[in-house]
Amino acid sequence: MIETEGIFSKKNLRLLTNPLSNANPITVLVLGICSALAVTSQLKPAVVMSVSVTIVTAFSNLIISMIRNTIPNRIRIIVQLVVVATLVILVDQVLKAFLYDVSKQLTVFVGLIITNCILMGRLEAFALGNKPWPSFLDGIGNGAGYGLILVTIAFFRELLGSGSLWGYKLIPQEWYIENGGWYANNGMMILPPMALIIVGVIIWIQRSKKTELIED
Amino acid sequence: MENYLNLFIRSVFLENMVFAYFIGMCSYLAVSKSVKTASGLGIAVIFVQTITVPANYLLEKYLLKDGALKWLGEGYADIDLSFLSFILFIAVIAAMVQLVEMIVEKFAPTLYISLGIFLPLIAVNCAILAGSLFMQQKEFINIGEATVYGIGSGSGWCLAIISIAAIREKLRYSNIPAPLRGLGISFIITGLMGLAFMGFMGIKL
Repeated sequence: MIETEGIFSKKNLRLLTNPLSNANPITVLVLGICSALAVTSQLKPAVVMSVSVTIVTAFSNLIISMIRNTIPNRIRIIVQLVVVATLVILVDQVLKAFLYDVSKQLTVFVGLIITNCILMGRLEAFALGNKPWPSFLDGIGNGAGYGLILVTIAFFRELLGSGSLWGYKLIPQEWYIENGGWYANNGMMILPPMALIIVGVIIWIQRSKKTELIED
Repeated sequence: MENYLNLFIRSVFLENMVFAYFIGMCSYLAVSKSVKTASGLGIAVIFVQTITVPANYLLEKYLLKDGALKWLGEGYADIDLSFLSFILFIAVIAAMVQLVEMIVEKFAPTLYISLGIFLPLIAVNCAILAGSLFMQQKEFINIGEATVYGIGSGSGWCLAIISIAAIREKLRYSNIPAPLRGLGISFIITGLMGLAFMGFMGIKL
């Protein structure tokens, strides 16, 4: 297949771009929401989480796709879990070594990448039936689609909830009420339930633009 | 005794898996279209959680924790295997789910039929692995606490999925804006339920 069509042929590029909008893992396929929301109260952990998920999805897709013809069908879930768990351990150790503060903030959610539905979903639906290179691209695409939503949520939550982005204060200090100004952070944005409501609103906006996604 | 009760209430209401940590959201949204299937999955989760959390607690205490291998002899006292915890926890969960499935099939066929496909699916439900990972983080002092935490976190998840299923059954008769139907409104309602659950934060335990 790769000889007849280029490495970045149209079909392969579509694997990368489709998950960003029409087949977005979070807003359309409803996969991987578990970890998506808890890490989004600030931008930095959200970006780290997206990158970790993208790496794990891409490489587990690649590995499973390479050994897909040798896995007995009955034990495939266990094989998938072992491959994914190994990759997640690697990511976790790297995070602990180089980004210790973010890794503390992410707590159990790095470990939960193992049972992230995006991974199992893509492995079952794509990697088991496709060649390694398209599977790798599909992994990157889905990781990026996941990351896009995560970063959007984190952007609004950090901006409105803490008045900062990536830890830098954007709202001038003299604007705040306690310094004699008129502005106050919306503390509700930091609370967990707001993440769900923001996702709901994102879905609402996306589906009003793309009416073919509307349910019922 | 009071300690266990506190832990149970805390894990059901205050630290509810779904509303406070968004764990197990995928199956929470996918299987919550009717109360009947939702309660089937909820009960299966309580069941598996009650078994895997204490099992992983033993594993953590006697194998994985820093210095946990001391019972083998002094030479093993400074071994830290905690980096293996993800892979061992998930292996225990997958094995336990298989085992539970076989036992239930043999001794309680009616329960087995009503749980149906949900039992095997639970192996990849984030709530189960999260239960074990939170257990590791909370550093419980004995297996009783770990068991109570398992039951509590499972019940909290079960409570959440049954309530959203009941609400979604009613929603079918409401006039929701078209783009918000289905997934969108479920998210927003979960958010509102989460806000309501935050009211429990005031409880002094």
